[in-house]
Amino acid sequence: MAVRLIKMVPIHKGLEPTEIAEKIKETFPDDVVEITNFRDQVSVIVKKDRILKICRYLHDEPALCFDHLQDLCGVDYHGKKEPRFEVVYNLYSIRYRHKIRVRAQVTADDPSIKTVTSIWAGADWHERECFDMFGIVFKEHPDLRRILLPEDWEGHPLRKDYPLKGPELEKDWPGFVEVLNRSKELEEFVWKG
Amino acid sequence: MLIDTSATGLITVEEGTRILPPNLIITTIDKLVNWGRLSSIWPTTFGLACCAIEMMAVGASHYDFDRFGIIFRGSPRQSDCIIVAGTVTKKMAPVIRRVYDQVPEPRYVVAMGSCACTGGIFKTYSTVQGCDTFLPVDVYVPGCPPRPETLLEGMMKLQEKIRKERARWSPWR
Repeated sequence: MAVRLIKMVPIHKGLEPTEIAEKIKETFPDDVVEITNFRDQVSVIVKKDRILKICRYLHDEPALCFDHLQDLCGVDYHGKKEPRFEVVYNLYSIRYRHKIRVRAQVTADDPSIKTVTSIWAGADWHERECFDMFGIVFKEHPDLRRILLPEDWEGHPLRKDYPLKGPELEKDWPGFVEVLNRSKELEEFVWKG
Repeated sequence: MLIDTSATGLITVEEGTRILPPNLIITTIDKLVNWGRLSSIWPTTFGLACCAIEMMAVGASHYDFDRFGIIFRGSPRQSDCIIVAGTVTKKMAPVIRRVYDQVPEPRYVVAMGSCACTGGIFKTYSTVQGCDTFLPVDVYVPGCPPRPETLLEGMMKLQEKIRKERARWSPWR
């Protein structure tokens, strides 16, 4: 069998993160709040109102082509910063191998933002996790339910005002309390030797 | 035909067990039943976290659970024992209890790893602080995760526990 040599040359040259950030700022001057740079990781902080348009632009613009949503998560800056929440989009272009981080500000009074599942279908479960942990509602999400915690769990545990050790036993998740009571009931049948 | 035990040489091999050569053994039902049980502990396959990897290592050929007669079963109804291997979350607790309730008597529970014993490093909203809050645990195996030898030691401790049981076979226990 003949061996074919494949030339490994990068065909598409990507943009520097700062260039991408500038490009976003040019296109959406009213929406970009701030551009931060920490150890060459560039974040573009934006208002949440037109997040869908910004994401659509990042995805569709031929020079950017962010076809891969690496991660979507929430942050709670309770007591540290206003507005309280941020939804973080870590974007990557498989074609150009460049990346950017977009952070959308979400207020505590109205913790909601539009879903980006229409752009990246993979955002579905990420948004569900973000809703589960932070209580941020993703509007027009196809199936916004809790993904990790039980469906009848109360509260959103990754919020900074949620107790780390969880609620008291009386206010704990009913399914767990039920198990404890059940095991107490059945204790008389345990062989004591 | 009755055997005249006084005339022949009954040899005491240990307390409560005597042998009449060549092939008659006299012992108590306790000893016989316990010996049978401790030599064939069949645990339910129930891995929850990284401890499950260690449990698999014990099951594999290098450490070899099978030489103790410990064979993992895919169904709680065919098991004698449940090894809770890993972090028990509150969401998982009803499931573990349900699996345990399906194990027929006599049944044993081994809590494997720090998490299953006490909750380990996870003193958080989602973690049960030790599976003994809702299960009667027989053996605690510490470690994070425990070495395979440690789990073997734990199962040998369980065997010792079964060996000391009295009259667990009886219907009026």
